[in-house]
Amino acid sequence: MANIPESKTGDGDLIVIDGVSHTYKTNTGPLPVLDDLTIRVPRHGFSAIVGPSGCGKSTVTRLVAGLMKPDSGTVWLHGECVVSPRSTVGMAFQNPVLLEWRSILKNVMLPLEIVPSKLDAAAKERRARDLLKLVGLAGFEDKRPSELSGGMRQRASLCRALVHQPEVLILDEPFGALDAFTREDLWLTMHRLRAEEPFTGVLITHDLREAIFLADEVIVLSGRPATVQYSLQLPDTGPRTLDHLYTSEATETLNVLRDQIRIAREGEEAGQ
Amino acid sequence: MRQVFVPLLAIVIFLLFWEALVWVNDWPNYKMASPSDLWPAFWRFKGLFLTFGWETLWRTVVGLLIAIVVGVLFGMIMGFSRVMREGLYPLLVGFNAIPKATVVPIVALMFVGQHDLNTVLIAFMISFFPIAVSVAIGLSTLEPEYRDILRSLGASKITIFWKIALPKTLPEFFGALKVAVTLAFIGTNLMEIVSPHGRGLGALFDSGKTNSDYPLMFAVLIALAVLGIALYYVVVMLEKIFAGWAERSAE
Repeated sequence: MANIPESKTGDGDLIVIDGVSHTYKTNTGPLPVLDDLTIRVPRHGFSAIVGPSGCGKSTVTRLVAGLMKPDSGTVWLHGECVVSPRSTVGMAFQNPVLLEWRSILKNVMLPLEIVPSKLDAAAKERRARDLLKLVGLAGFEDKRPSELSGGMRQRASLCRALVHQPEVLILDEPFGALDAFTREDLWLTMHRLRAEEPFTGVLITHDLREAIFLADEVIVLSGRPATVQYSLQLPDTGPRTLDHLYTSEATETLNVLRDQIRIAREGEEAGQ
Repeated sequence: MRQVFVPLLAIVIFLLFWEALVWVNDWPNYKMASPSDLWPAFWRFKGLFLTFGWETLWRTVVGLLIAIVVGVLFGMIMGFSRVMREGLYPLLVGFNAIPKATVVPIVALMFVGQHDLNTVLIAFMISFFPIAVSVAIGLSTLEPEYRDILRSLGASKITIFWKIALPKTLPEFFGALKVAVTLAFIGTNLMEIVSPHGRGLGALFDSGKTNSDYPLMFAVLIALAVLGIALYYVVVMLEKIFAGWAERSAE
């Protein structure tokens, strides 16, 4: 995979994961997690990655964020090879990881303290307040994270991921620990955020309904070592309502994906 | 109001109980001095209590400050580097396991006559361990996601330390500091008691012993308790200022 032509990155795809393989060294021996994985996400696209537990989905997010380097293959962002973290990426995890000693507003403003920015202090604060308002957290700016519910904390975490207007938003199961109603609320919030200021997104999730509700494309990874087993382009790409999930088309799509996950898990068990 | 009144009432009840215990058993004051014997002892030696109390206090505080600097340094080294942690930890545990009472004569011999230095040294040696361990544990158990949040933005290691690792370790640090305060007092007094021609409250205690002045010995204990309480609450106050966020409201 050494000689990748430059043109591969220039055709409108913002994120290109190109033939990436990776093996972790563990105490019990090498653990291959990714095997010749290739994923492309177009500019302002939103791809959901689903797959069996522990198949290396989180590794994908760390690669895109530049937090680690793959053994072989390349990750391209905007036509540039990713070798180290870059400030054009925003991340949110299942654990909202808010800093307990800061107010919600100061938590959201954290990336602005690190990323070089043309904004002055007042503009930065305005930016953070606007985002908090957009996700329904107006009036909670001065609260501590411990005073907020899990859903509210996750909203704040989303604001922090977006405050520096990153080109790429990486979401690693951000709604996994929330109850069903809160989760649906946050799905709608995601669509609102996307409509307000478009970003290119990668969403790792275990929830197939979440995947088809939020993404433009759903990618099913095989069991470990993961490679793309199946990918599905969804017909709608714009904002959706929750009713959408209860149509027969949605049910059909879900069944197709569920089948693919079953195949992935069987393949993994057979491989063991 | 309640916060002042309740502890004061508890102290008064404790003193009355103590007085009653001595009175009921009719103990002579070489067996157990009663609170009413203490005040005359304080009054007789009020000058010494003030100057020696100050000596004990400043040595303890200096020892504690050195313990903080060295402890935080060791804690940072062990917290950030696994190799250093694996290498240093057994060494520190072994060092800490040595009863400091046995180190006192060694130090006293090593720096004969340097009473201030010796005392500060023992106060430091006895109190830096909990600080080093708490900082090391605080730093090494920092969830990787916290680091990733900043690292993914291209923040430097130093930025991550100042913005996340340090504040997140503060509650553990202050918890250890409260333990260290008490330990440092033990260290100071050990040296003051053992050193011939020593100064400080420990030396006053020792002279009470040689003169069979039992009320004086008890009075020293009380003075030490007062100093200990004062220093402890200074730490609590600092904790409230710098790590108050870790305190959850009770509801």
